[in-house]
Amino acid sequence: MAVIAVIDYDMGNLHSACKGLEKAGAKTQITDRPHDLERADAVVLPGVGAFDPAMQQLRSRGLVPVIQDVIASGKPFLGICLGLQILFEGSEEGSEPGLGIIAGTVKRFHHEPGITIPHMGWNHLELTQPQLTLWQQLTPQSWVYFVHSYYVDPVESQVRAATVTHGSQTVTAAIARDNLMAVQFHPEKSSTTGLQILSNFVQQVRSTVLV
Amino acid sequence: MLAKRILPCLDVKAGRVVKGINFVNLQDAGDPVALAQAYNQAGADELVFLDITATHEDRGIIFDVVYQTAEQVFIPLTVGGGIQDLITIKDLLRAGADKVSINSGAVRNPSLVNQASDRFGSQCIVVAIDARRRDDPANPGWDVFVRGGRENTGLDAIAWAAEVEQRGAGELLITSMDADGTQAGYDLELTRQIAEMVQIPVVASGGAGNCEHIQSVLTTGKAEAALLASLLHYGQLTISQIKNHLSAHRVPVRLP
Repeated sequence: MAVIAVIDYDMGNLHSACKGLEKAGAKTQITDRPHDLERADAVVLPGVGAFDPAMQQLRSRGLVPVIQDVIASGKPFLGICLGLQILFEGSEEGSEPGLGIIAGTVKRFHHEPGITIPHMGWNHLELTQPQLTLWQQLTPQSWVYFVHSYYVDPVESQVRAATVTHGSQTVTAAIARDNLMAVQFHPEKSSTTGLQILSNFVQQVRSTVLV
Repeated sequence: MLAKRILPCLDVKAGRVVKGINFVNLQDAGDPVALAQAYNQAGADELVFLDITATHEDRGIIFDVVYQTAEQVFIPLTVGGGIQDLITIKDLLRAGADKVSINSGAVRNPSLVNQASDRFGSQCIVVAIDARRRDDPANPGWDVFVRGGRENTGLDAIAWAAEVEQRGAGELLITSMDADGTQAGYDLELTRQIAEMVQIPVVASGGAGNCEHIQSVLTTGKAEAALLASLLHYGQLTISQIKNHLSAHRVPVRLP
């Protein structure tokens, strides 16, 4: 059975994410030990909260180089919410440098009449890489659950895997590049659609393990 | 486009759902986890548990209920009821709650809102406000009540809403005490004035009796979400009836 390491760096609860992955047939291991990430078949980086504390927590646990190595090694990697944002170089929310794995920065939604910030609730996913394993068996314009005030703005538009529109602002909802995938929404809170996405990730992990 | 949300609210006391709930084919109408699952399948966008446990000894039970719900129901879960300190917030979030709702605890100690949002992020801090219209033509508006509506704090509801947003609340749950239980419609003016004052989402509660009321509060009332209890629990309306009505009137909702 594929083992997925779920990184616990004190940035939110991991219970639902683990249960969602387990429902799809994976074994999960909640951990903050570099060794466990190196041994696992895949790694999930979740996270809710603010950018700077997240980077500080990763750094104090010595996880920054390990995460960079794991992604470079070709192992399937899934970032969720803040776990997407910290892959970037930096954020308007804080002053800490990010992991710098994806070129670009994290920006705040502009205020405009008729929209709330945070962008909180269910919104349509517009797939820009529809062939992605992660998106298989989704209906067009699937609903997923978002809660965020900041969004990622990648320099290279081809890493974008999906977008979402809040008011007049269309922003990146997911990125994908080879083994690296990350989503702004919460698949573990997106009911059957979210469970399908987690199951697709597990499927991708399985196919990597078999090769 | 962001969908307007429908949120069933369950009153939980010592681990059991109170107020009779009329769900077809449900073996145990008092089991919060089973009800949460049923509402998820019925199309609820989020769930709210209000812990009304009276005795201190029984308070710990809510953590188990939250834990079990979070491992079986994959939609956001908010938990409220008597939250006064950071430890309780931390424990609820660790058990699997996505948001906590603070009411009297925020009035008594406003800095709790700052501390909680700094520590856990604004996205998980909901401030609940129980408001009642002032009977004073010279000074129209709403007062904030606490202790289940028994105590007038003297705070102005609009000013208090703006203050808790500044302090870091990520969402507001506004209950009109005048409308609550009447099924005669929401206090649209209350939610509209607050929603126009703040940038964070406003959840409206109190007064829904039919689909038109819900439509009004999500449009004229400018609320992002409607919290519903008895109307759903007693089967007067179903979530799909509400959402079909909203969708037919071009209010964006998540349909399965």
